[in-house]
Amino acid sequence: MYNFEYHEPSSLADALSAIGSAEDGKLMAGGMTLIPTLKQRLAQPSDIVDLAKIAELKGIKREGNSVVIGAMTRHGEVATSDVVKSAIPALADLAGNIGDPQVRNRGTIGGSICNNDPAADYPSAVVALGATVITNKRRIAGEDFFTGMFETALEPGEVVTAVSFPAPEKAAYMKFRNPASRYAIVGVFVAKTSGGVRVAVTGAGACVFRQNEMEAALEKSFTPDAIKGIEVSADGLNADIHAGADYRAHLIGVMAKRAIAACG
Amino acid sequence: MTSPVSMTVNGKAVTATVEPRTLLVQYLREHLGLTGTHVGCDTSQCGACVVHLDGKSIKSCTILAVQAAGGTVTTIEGLAKGSELHPMQAAFREHHGLQCGFCTPGMVMSAVDLAQRKSDLSEHEVREWLEGNICRCTGYHNIVKAIQAGAAAMGSAKA
Repeated sequence: MYNFEYHEPSSLADALSAIGSAEDGKLMAGGMTLIPTLKQRLAQPSDIVDLAKIAELKGIKREGNSVVIGAMTRHGEVATSDVVKSAIPALADLAGNIGDPQVRNRGTIGGSICNNDPAADYPSAVVALGATVITNKRRIAGEDFFTGMFETALEPGEVVTAVSFPAPEKAAYMKFRNPASRYAIVGVFVAKTSGGVRVAVTGAGACVFRQNEMEAALEKSFTPDAIKGIEVSADGLNADIHAGADYRAHLIGVMAKRAIAACG
Repeated sequence: MTSPVSMTVNGKAVTATVEPRTLLVQYLREHLGLTGTHVGCDTSQCGACVVHLDGKSIKSCTILAVQAAGGTVTTIEGLAKGSELHPMQAAFREHHGLQCGFCTPGMVMSAVDLAQRKSDLSEHEVREWLEGNICRCTGYHNIVKAIQAGAAAMGSAKA
């Protein structure tokens, strides 16, 4: 990897000033994507600003009917958190199936959603649960946060500090994993919330998206059979060495049915 | 661009002067001479480089040495007490949980993290946990048996 200057600020204010004065700086959360990217020389930042020592970005707390998770909270902590397990077990389950135990001991929720990998797990939960992404500047509806492949609504100088997830009535996440990388070839997060049913799909397209036709059918009847007749179009879906677009389209239906069944 | 990076490795305070881009595994192997930690894939897939940072297993090929500064690291060299093997190492020997041995340091370090969380492990739990450790000899059968036995031994040693 190319060399860089390393900064380890202990407050968000110091992190912002470090990134602001860097020529081409990059924020680092858990580093589970950034470090492999640097090792392959696919990026050459002048400065790395590590967020790991900033206490205000960490931790999980219950606020009314919501669970608020600090951006630097690691997947392993979300997976084993009693607060998350009791309020939103589907979210704990999702976090506990990201990558492998060692990746879960380093990777963070903030890093995952800001990177917005098309095959990442967390974006589906943020969209399906109607979560709010909290930054140092504003609150962004989960649905508006993910704008395209590896792209988000974040502006320069904006840092995600936490994600607030309202607890659903029922929810479940099912993914068809790549057997080597454990990324989702297709992942479907289904949530029955006070605001209606949401079905969010990751891995299949350029970016997480909602499956409106399934949502409408599930509003009428929240059962796997309700979406039986829905044909998912392969138009615009990802096709790569792991799976073709038609296969991914098929998997959306299969994973959605399994998720609905798992909601019980 | 180099600067001194200090941490505690296997109970000893250590310092080495490295660049920010130096990986923890390079720090351990090339600067401290602790070559028990292996580099298999170098892409955070195989788990040969697993060490513990502040009590949790991590892949040392995917963390910078500067990120571990001030932390407590345990490598495979830090498990045995003199000539007495750690219960997990003893279980790997007893159950022949290795063939070529290349993945073994990472397997043992990963297994110790699991066993610290739970001592009565099902085969399924062990296999799920080994998601991030790959054995090219495909000798998983005895690795799984060794980890179950090692975890039980660690549990009874604690009790």
